[in-house]
Amino acid sequence: MSNNVMPNASVADMPDRSLLMDRSVPGRKAINLPAPDVPLSDMPDDGLLRESDYLRLPEVSQLDVIRYFTLLSRLNFSIDTNFYPLGSCTMKYNPKLNDQIASLGGFANIHPLQDDAGVQGALGVMFELQQWLGEATGLPGVGLAPLAGAQGEYAGLLIARAALNMRGESDRDVALIPDSAHGTNPASAAMAGLSVVTVKTDEFGNVDVDDLRAKADENTCVFMLTIPSTLGLFEPNIIEINRIIHDAGGLVYADGANLNALLGLVKLGDLGVDICHSNLHKTFSTPHGGGGPGAGPVMVTEDLASYLPEPVVIKNDDGSLQLGRPGNSIGKINGFHGSFSILVRAYTYMQSLGGDGLRAVSENAVINANYVQARLCDRFDLAVDRVCMHETVLSGKRQADRGVPALSIAKRLLDYGIHAPTMYFPLIVPEALMVEPTETESKETLDRFVEVMQAIDDEIDSDPDSVNHAPHTLPNTRLDEATAARRPVLRWQG
Amino acid sequence: MLATIGADQFDELITDIPEEHRNPPLRLPDSASELEVTSRMQALAALNQDAGTRPSFLGGGAYRHFIPATVGAVLQRGEFVTSYTPYQPEAAQGVLQSGFEFQSAVAQIFDMEVANAGMYDGPTAFAEAGLMAARVSRRNRILILDTADRRLFEVAEAYTRYQQVEVEAISRERVMNGDIPNDAACIAFQSPNFLGRIEDVQALTDAAHDVGALSVMHTYPIALGMFKPPGAFGVDIATAEGQPLGVPLTFGGAYVGLFTTKQRYIRQLPGRIIGKTTDTMGRTGYTLTLQTREQHIRRERATSNICTSTQLIGLMVAVYCATMGPSGLRQVAELSYHKAHYLANAIDALPSWKVIRAEGSTFFNEFPVQCPIAPAEVNRRLAERGIIGGLDVGHLVPNGMLFCATEMNSRSEADRLIASLKDMGYGAAG
Repeated sequence: MSNNVMPNASVADMPDRSLLMDRSVPGRKAINLPAPDVPLSDMPDDGLLRESDYLRLPEVSQLDVIRYFTLLSRLNFSIDTNFYPLGSCTMKYNPKLNDQIASLGGFANIHPLQDDAGVQGALGVMFELQQWLGEATGLPGVGLAPLAGAQGEYAGLLIARAALNMRGESDRDVALIPDSAHGTNPASAAMAGLSVVTVKTDEFGNVDVDDLRAKADENTCVFMLTIPSTLGLFEPNIIEINRIIHDAGGLVYADGANLNALLGLVKLGDLGVDICHSNLHKTFSTPHGGGGPGAGPVMVTEDLASYLPEPVVIKNDDGSLQLGRPGNSIGKINGFHGSFSILVRAYTYMQSLGGDGLRAVSENAVINANYVQARLCDRFDLAVDRVCMHETVLSGKRQADRGVPALSIAKRLLDYGIHAPTMYFPLIVPEALMVEPTETESKETLDRFVEVMQAIDDEIDSDPDSVNHAPHTLPNTRLDEATAARRPVLRWQG
Repeated sequence: MLATIGADQFDELITDIPEEHRNPPLRLPDSASELEVTSRMQALAALNQDAGTRPSFLGGGAYRHFIPATVGAVLQRGEFVTSYTPYQPEAAQGVLQSGFEFQSAVAQIFDMEVANAGMYDGPTAFAEAGLMAARVSRRNRILILDTADRRLFEVAEAYTRYQQVEVEAISRERVMNGDIPNDAACIAFQSPNFLGRIEDVQALTDAAHDVGALSVMHTYPIALGMFKPPGAFGVDIATAEGQPLGVPLTFGGAYVGLFTTKQRYIRQLPGRIIGKTTDTMGRTGYTLTLQTREQHIRRERATSNICTSTQLIGLMVAVYCATMGPSGLRQVAELSYHKAHYLANAIDALPSWKVIRAEGSTFFNEFPVQCPIAPAEVNRRLAERGIIGGLDVGHLVPNGMLFCATEMNSRSEADRLIASLKDMGYGAAG
């Protein structure tokens, strides 16, 4: 049933997956390099030099390289080959134009330390992207430097701490974080030297406002709110929540991981949010790359703009652009200017869609998620029974009671050529299966997903064992992760 | 679909959004066709001085090296480009096995026992190395040799600002004299250093070990094609900017940080790690491993907050290493070395230009030059001649410019640069 992976029916069908070093033949080459065209200089002392025979990289032909990596590519799910309803990850289609534009020589071959005069086109991309992200979020101070969402979070927290330090409130050292938050929130807070205090979620999936009120005090530095939440819900009390935090003297940080639900529907800045980040590799369609690279720009209110990480792009009076350091900048959080190749893609995407197109993105993302929720809610419990935003969280409690945990449902989906939803997250939902269809999937794809979920639910009665041992049709059956961690083998061993 | 949902119109789905803030105006341009967007973007790209079509002598942390066609070919595979982090290993063996190839190649080049699956970039890898050294040693002073790139200091400072860890500069002289505070977590250094010179890695490493501190080395992976790798000196953690290994300059990102260490420290590693294992049928497969260090499990007690990382750039590095092989990497290193030394000798021969050499030290492919006029002016004039000059290092060397050469710089490019500098030199002398 699966559409792009190899069946494992017989050993004869199995591809040779041995590592490159096991395919290595001494002296074999994949590339020729030119001979030196300059006179040779004296070589350094032998004591400084690498012994010639112990750099053990593969010696293979160019065909070997291409065939090997092409084989590996076929052992993988991807958006280009499979539906990927992976909650919180926004696995939408990545338009090919964006990759093509990023590979233009004028973007791909410019050095980060070239004089500003020679990179005005690149700075133009960054300047306008700053403005557009500011407009989309209602937070006009934009720093493009963060290289991923978690780095955007860290930058945002450094900004919060710096701004409070400036007010003479450096002893505010608590981050309030809802119990439904992504793991990066507490991890980033810890990096920023903040103690984490967890805020409860109420029975409706909202922040427990009473709990928040009790915990917001003179130690509060920041409240980190994922919006929509990891339950896929828009926080209806957000105005009150923000007022509570501001009254306590703290700042509100919005984790923009789920911004795909909000474009043109609401601006975070209008709601009283002070700081947010956006994962361009989610909302703005840049490819995930199997786990990066991403980009996690940080957006702040005008008041906080002077704290943004270095660099920001500034327009001079003569219209020229330059890289600059904001007055109270938190400094450099990475080597150069951010994930430029990702910024170019996001900018290209925003140009293609325009304001109306971006609004349509969120509208369709919300419709698709609610459609899936409406069609599955008879078979699967909902974490919270209410209209959702861009994703719906199912609970596989009923299925678990029949002997099949959420993990197995997720693994069985793989046999049907559909990527697993996010499992066991948020942590507050038992047997959670978090489904985010995104706006780029057709009704037909969603219908097939629903039918497959129903079929698996049927299989739980007819053949639970088979579901519990899924997947059956992929390059590997379930992997022994315990042994991998107990006796780590992390590289080729000859 | 709305009917299935049970709504008459879309707005019924977003009633949780406060009404007065719903549907705000979005002041963004109108949508545009692929054709229009392409021409606009081509026009913007054309405003940039493309180092792919003109000579460049700029390094300082990012380098123009040859990228074999295999890298771009593999990068065309949407199966890699559009896949997610391999949390479902059965459906991600391609990403996992290629990541294992990356770890294997990086560990080999560094001659270190283990490498992780990659960090955001070189400077963040270096900063996380300092933090890891603090965890391993249970000490809180990260000492960075003052010959390192100031970007490395700045990022390390930003990463440790609220960690009860101090980042301080230390001179080579102090390290060599053993004048090291006894709460030092590590001696961290860059070799080749910011000015391109090879440090005495053995002496620095021994000095660190003498006071119970770790040795942390930040390096340039191409240089390891000819110079002794960190593992040969007993370095504890070695990092690098991975960009030179097959990744285009792209104005500074996305790149990949290389991170290597000793086997005994693996449970303190930041970032993602791929391990080899077997499936229920006994067949080899790969999976993310040691995940209990990571934020999605350990939350505020994680070894780092990294989630989305740089897997695809790591794939480019893996394909690069497979294509170059041991002889290719050595050739690229030696070509860079010889071209840079040719250039240095030619500049030194010019009246009023002076290569600043440190006694007894060797450089790889970058070297500082004292210019007769301000470096910014040198670069402006070179730009007029279609040449991208070096890096202004006036803060370290009076009128200093750091020149870089790689295998990409033909002799005729170098000679064009020399001729241009010569003209400027006469102007200055006159």
